[in-house]
Amino acid sequence: MAIRSLKTGSFSRSLLVGNSFYDPYAYKSIATVSVGSGGSSSVEFTSIPSTYTHLQVRGFHKNSAGAGSEYVAVAQFNGDTAANYSYHYLRGNGSSASSGASLTDAYVLAGYQNSSATSQMGFGGFVLDILDYTNTNKYKTVRSIAGADVNGSGIIDFYSGTWRSTSAITSIKFYYTASNFVQYSRFALYGIRSA
Amino acid sequence: MAAGTTYERIATTTLSSNTSSVSFTSISGSYTDLVLVFAYKSNTTNYPTLKLTFNGSSTGYSGTQLSGNGSSAASYRNTSAGFISIARAVGTPSTVGGTATIIVNLIDYSNTTTYKTVLARASAAETGTEIDVGLWQSTSAINQIDITTATTNDFASGSVITLYGIASA
Repeated sequence: MAIRSLKTGSFSRSLLVGNSFYDPYAYKSIATVSVGSGGSSSVEFTSIPSTYTHLQVRGFHKNSAGAGSEYVAVAQFNGDTAANYSYHYLRGNGSSASSGASLTDAYVLAGYQNSSATSQMGFGGFVLDILDYTNTNKYKTVRSIAGADVNGSGIIDFYSGTWRSTSAITSIKFYYTASNFVQYSRFALYGIRSA
Repeated sequence: MAAGTTYERIATTTLSSNTSSVSFTSISGSYTDLVLVFAYKSNTTNYPTLKLTFNGSSTGYSGTQLSGNGSSAASYRNTSAGFISIARAVGTPSTVGGTATIIVNLIDYSNTTTYKTVLARASAAETGTEIDVGLWQSTSAINQIDITTATTNDFASGSVITLYGIASA
């Protein structure tokens, strides 16, 4: 069956009738990593396409060090382990607010987590935005809202971070500085398009 | 869920009269995360606080909040509570009808292995901003969300609450 383009009046056997492919979805899932039994020392997204404007990672994670241990999952880009990162944080611990920074570090902060003796409890959540990640004219900026509550203790954090590189981000690695991710930890990477 | 859609609107409630509660029921488990977006007009000048509960349960909640009002920052905690408190300290609108924007992320809401974690951020340009983390000690998949105002009928007419689902690869 021939399809007629209302725009040009031409006919085609393709629904595209001469138009380029159109993908209407502005927020797309790129990849998801779920940590299996045995845990994992890190989670990494590689070969990230450059077709989006921003990236978002939604994380749900817990460390393997046991009850009372607390860690922040950190992020590195493109395998850069040098001190090319900086970050600031704003923190609430249930009784007071605090703020801190590291201006020369090997990572940015992604998500706080506070383990519990209860296996089901202590998973922290975070939503990390990586802005203009393919731009090769400026350093990269990230922000994250993150926290974990274990009924009586917990932290809510807000982070900003910079990777001092003009390279487009093609890979992201998450890890704890001294622990592993337990089973049921999950990291989902999304791409956000602009008009 | 529509084929190809990652971030999908599930339902929207637009209030035509003042009310104390809004519910989303029969929520599909086919997404990875849920996101609630509020344009919350307050019907009073009391502290606009929302109480979040799931699946009709009134036990097993706790949370930690951090807020700033333009001159100082503070943090609060709820333990062994009957609800998750959202935007407790964003502030007091000077007039009825003050609007706050609130975004609530329900992470991995349908997993049946872990307790549920909620992240929220709230802002009201007139009064302040707040971020929250909440816990529901249940391994049940969340299939119902009830939002109740701390002050009777504090959801003012014109408030809009939308529930989105996010799928993953």
